[in-house]
Amino acid sequence: MIGIEHYLTVGAILFVLGVLGIFLNRKNVIVILMAVELILLAVNLNLVAFSAFLNDLTGQVFAMLVLTVAAAEAAIGLAILVIYFRTRGSIAVDDINRMKG
Amino acid sequence: MHPILIIVFAPLVAALIAGLGNRFIGNVAAKSVTTAGLFLAAGLSWPIFLGFLGGTATAEVVPVLKWVQSGTLTFDWALRVDTLTAIMLVVINSVSALVHLYSWGYMEEDSDQPRFFAYLSLFTFAMLMLVTADNLVQMFFGWEGVGLASYLLIGFWYKKPSAGAAAIKAFVVNRVGDLGFMLGIFGTFMVFGTTSIAEILAAAPSMSGSTITFVGMRLYTMDILCILLFIGAMGKSAQLGLHTWLPDAMEGPTPVSALIHAATMVTAGVFMLCRLSPMFETAPTALTIVTIVGAATCFFAATIGTTQWDIKRVIAYSTCSQLGYMFFAAGVGAYGAAMFHLFTHAFFKALLFLGAGSVIHAMHHEQDMRYYGGLRKKIPLTFWAMMMGTLAITGVGILGVFGFAGFYSKDAILEAAYARHNGAGQFAFWAGAIAALLTSFYSWRLMFLTFWGRPRWEQSEHIQHAVHDAHGHDDHAHGHGHDDHHGHGSDDGTAGYHPLESPVSMLLPLGILSLGAVFAGFVFHHQFIDGASFWNGSIFYNEDLIHAMHGVPLWVKLTATIVMLIGLAGAYVAYIAKPDIPAKFVASFGALHQFVYRKWYFDELYDALFVKPAFAFGRWFWQLGDVGTIDRFGPNGIAWVVERSSVAAKSIQSGYVYTYALIMLLGLVGAVTYVLL
Repeated sequence: MIGIEHYLTVGAILFVLGVLGIFLNRKNVIVILMAVELILLAVNLNLVAFSAFLNDLTGQVFAMLVLTVAAAEAAIGLAILVIYFRTRGSIAVDDINRMKG
Repeated sequence: MHPILIIVFAPLVAALIAGLGNRFIGNVAAKSVTTAGLFLAAGLSWPIFLGFLGGTATAEVVPVLKWVQSGTLTFDWALRVDTLTAIMLVVINSVSALVHLYSWGYMEEDSDQPRFFAYLSLFTFAMLMLVTADNLVQMFFGWEGVGLASYLLIGFWYKKPSAGAAAIKAFVVNRVGDLGFMLGIFGTFMVFGTTSIAEILAAAPSMSGSTITFVGMRLYTMDILCILLFIGAMGKSAQLGLHTWLPDAMEGPTPVSALIHAATMVTAGVFMLCRLSPMFETAPTALTIVTIVGAATCFFAATIGTTQWDIKRVIAYSTCSQLGYMFFAAGVGAYGAAMFHLFTHAFFKALLFLGAGSVIHAMHHEQDMRYYGGLRKKIPLTFWAMMMGTLAITGVGILGVFGFAGFYSKDAILEAAYARHNGAGQFAFWAGAIAALLTSFYSWRLMFLTFWGRPRWEQSEHIQHAVHDAHGHDDHAHGHGHDDHHGHGSDDGTAGYHPLESPVSMLLPLGILSLGAVFAGFVFHHQFIDGASFWNGSIFYNEDLIHAMHGVPLWVKLTATIVMLIGLAGAYVAYIAKPDIPAKFVASFGALHQFVYRKWYFDELYDALFVKPAFAFGRWFWQLGDVGTIDRFGPNGIAWVVERSSVAAKSIQSGYVYTYALIMLLGLVGAVTYVLL
């Protein structure tokens, strides 16, 4: 029987993967975007799992909201990336440090 | 409208027009408006003076504006017109008007004439405010006003460092005196509860003998007040101790020396003493100090005058010495004689200065008398004007017949000093007599060196420049004529230079002042010395002293004339008959000569005592206090801390997205942890 703890475990694993994807990745900004998506998915999984477990639809409504936002964020993030690549010719993470003080 | 309002404010209006208009209205307009203003003021002053002389005018106070009403301290702008003021009005306005006229010629080539004339008129206004003051605060306003104008005019040629230094010196030395004057005014207000001169003088006799605690000692109130006021007078009138600024003030243009540093401003101290004479009469100790300081100055300045080479400095020390006469005259109670000498001195000293200016003008700005000589035939009109001035200052005259201006005033002062019959009076008499001898000596020395003998012009750099400029043109015309000209010029000591007589605008004032120098004493001596009704209470009139003056022995009356003749003979022998005597004298009494020539080492003494320590003190505060402490821990220290902390903060800003994300995460974890716990 698959209980809530399994869902939560998968969510936690996904979340940690996403976080590590942001910090440990030195290659590509797209990977960071994907890692962010991963974190949002982990959160969604938790929301849906708790929603089912508690018989409360609010969690699923929230999940729909997060999916929408994630889609919009991915679209904007990719658009910025494309423009960034056009001007700088690179999307390597180590090259993106123009905000250095 | 009362004429005094026009007299006082015409120079101010003229000064504002010329000073603010400056280049917009141009040289001629600025010079015309100031000169016209001054001649207007002078023209209105004489009727007032003659009114008092004829006994038809009465003293009055013309109110102008409210000034201060604060508790018990109340005073207004008001112009006081009485005999004393009327004398000062004619002296100031006449000399100032003539000096304005003279400056048309003297400053002809200057590039900054409107400013000069504006300063001159501004000075005249301030001086008129001083002498018409109804209360001590207004007098102080005029007092500072003339100080300011003097500062501006000494430093008129501000590109010359020596002129700037002299201006600062005059201003700073006068501050010392002004501190005394201010303390005197404060003390007077504390004791009398008013600054009105009339009320103070009315109340002064009742305060005689009262005591006051001052710096822990019990002192006579009136003595301490009068001494403080006299310190102010010493500064302004260049008396011994605070005199060092006057000779340096000769850096200013010569008309300024004539107007400010001979005829008017420097006599402000004497005027103040006479104005407050009923107050000083209640302070015997203060009067003794006035007498001794005046007599000492009179002698001291005259000794220096005998050794100086700069024609203006000789006259400057002469002024200092003559001011000493006025002070000891006031000190022995002969205020009439003091004012009389002020009156005659204004004419002959302004004449001597303007004459010296004319000589300097003719000699292409050479001021050293060693390079003069033989000018009598070259500039005869200037020579005769200077002659009148010299006859007046040395006091030439025959008792009971006729004398030049200085004869009457100097005799009166010496008689008064003798007639006083106290220690200070006797000291003053003998110091004054010796000073009269020295006066005669240095005045004739000036005349002989300048106008007699053979020309010694060729050693003067100024003359060489003048001749060289003229020959430069010759060279172009005649090719190799230069050497011939030079050789020819050196034979008679003239270096080929031809002095030219000054223009009419300069000679006219000399002529008018000559009249004053010749007749001022003869015409007015009766009223000034014996005229109780003329003075009419505007000064303290000591009836007994006047009687005693007339009763002095004949030898006292003849003293001034005798010493004058000795001085003249001495100067004649030393500078005409046997010109090698001065050099021999210097050789045998080198130390004495050096002591006097270096002005009794007053400048060196003050330099070591005050100037150097003040500089050292200032440097110490600057380096250790300001730079070392305040700057180090204040602005500079804070800037250092900000710089270092921003360098540290900068290193956090890597610019990489993942470090920001990490810090965000850590913050989030921290916040969540905090909420959960």
